[in-house]
Amino acid sequence: MALHEILLQQLFNGLLIGSFYGLVAIGYSMVYGIIKLLNFAHGDIYMIGAFSGLIFLSIASPYIGAGWPSLILGMLITMLLVGLLGVLIQRVAYRPMLKAPRLSILITALAVSMILYNTVMLLSAGRYRAFNVDVSSESFFLGPLRLTETRVVLIVAAFALMFIMHMFITKTMYGKAMRAISLDRDTCQLMGIDVFKIIALTFFVGSALAAAAGIMAGVYYGTIHFFMGFLIGLKAFTAAVIGGIGIIPGAMLGGLLLGLLEAFGTQIPFIGTEWKDVFSFAFLILFLIFKPNGLLGRSESERM
Amino acid sequence: MSEPVLSLKNLETRYGQIYALRGINIDVQEGEIVALLGANGAGKSTTLKTISSLINASSGSVIFNGEDITYKRPHSIVEMGVIHVPEGRMIFKELTVKENLELGSFTLHDNDVRKKRLERVYELFPVLGERQQQMGGFLSGGEQQMLAMGRALMTEPKLLLLDEPSMGLAPLIVKNIMDIIKQINKEQGTTILLVEQNAKAALKFANRAYVLETGEIVMEGSAEEMSKDESIVKAYLGE
Repeated sequence: MALHEILLQQLFNGLLIGSFYGLVAIGYSMVYGIIKLLNFAHGDIYMIGAFSGLIFLSIASPYIGAGWPSLILGMLITMLLVGLLGVLIQRVAYRPMLKAPRLSILITALAVSMILYNTVMLLSAGRYRAFNVDVSSESFFLGPLRLTETRVVLIVAAFALMFIMHMFITKTMYGKAMRAISLDRDTCQLMGIDVFKIIALTFFVGSALAAAAGIMAGVYYGTIHFFMGFLIGLKAFTAAVIGGIGIIPGAMLGGLLLGLLEAFGTQIPFIGTEWKDVFSFAFLILFLIFKPNGLLGRSESERM
Repeated sequence: MSEPVLSLKNLETRYGQIYALRGINIDVQEGEIVALLGANGAGKSTTLKTISSLINASSGSVIFNGEDITYKRPHSIVEMGVIHVPEGRMIFKELTVKENLELGSFTLHDNDVRKKRLERVYELFPVLGERQQQMGGFLSGGEQQMLAMGRALMTEPKLLLLDEPSMGLAPLIVKNIMDIIKQINKEQGTTILLVEQNAKAALKFANRAYVLETGEIVMEGSAEEMSKDESIVKAYLGE
């Protein structure tokens, strides 16, 4: 392959993986923006999304198959259920801690994370589970790009979700309220905004998007595992920091950028794919040192 | 006299062990402009924050239109038509002027009504219309005050609580803002409770005034009488 073909291919791969990162990072970033919590359990929500999708498929496939229609239906149902799970976790674990010191709520998030992945570990017997879907994996060429139907659908779906999210936060009153709460909670109350309701909504949306990414990852990689949320949680955090934590378009941008960095970084001679994570986290460190507010972040000293 | 729109009864508010309000009584009649005067730290802002429930009272009550709203949550008080424009304007600096105004009408669910209100606010404050796509943080102090008031008007409030609308503004702009407050009061019959350090400006157009000192009301009366009495002006209002 010529160099430009390799680069084009990696561009596609990077955008695809980056869109998963972006979807997870949105929830991470929104929750930080609104209650200043690094929600360590967010990666586990992604994992639960993948498992819920698998459960749906195993129940539904005898009746409606495991093709795209049933995947899409499964994704919508999973997004709804996991979104509600996010709201429940918020209500039970985080809301009582809102007035507590920030470290306490951070530790609560760690505990929630452990509860979630340990529960799934027990239920799944700790094994890798095959994410069997009935979609074409034959590859075809679009110019120099080697694609599969799966990858095309996944990247279109991921970008569509990000676009819907963008419209939601810029055009609807609830989206505007979310952005406003991350700027000034007290003043929002004076606008008649029920802050608790918006916090719950934020968890719903963030968890639903992470769940969608979890299912897509299941389709993409073919297997899922109870600990799959850990690494992507860290990646999503990295993406959120790169974009400017608390800023939703920043999270999407950061996710895509991180995906591209990994895709291109591993093409550098002598740096193989096994160095992918090192590459990402080295970037996180660089950003934390030189641009801690991220690409779209405002300059502000109070960060955590 | 008819039943007051707003009445504070023996209202007490504390920050920890420190009393900010020591049982104050204030009545505001419908359509009135009432000024709340006093030095820094007298408890003026605390009074407004207690009414809008940003701070909870430790005892006493806040009655609005006959209903006890002392322990309601802030957003439900807004839904009842009590709008608080906080000290320092507190506009959303990183949202556009238009978004700021739209958030003012969050409790409204009809987009057509929202659009009409927006147009009305732009009529009242033409500069906001010209700068609707700019970030709130780029506005000057006077414009930010106009934005804060415009945002409050998006709900067509029954009672407007204004905290130091003249703070940090040039005299000419203060006059402009005060004229608009009068206009809102006259045209829409909006009742106004106004906190001011700039007593002279406030007494010029308020109907009545209360003077607060370290959490207690030390004087009340018609604005006219108060502004005439030189000794009062000197003792309590400075200048």
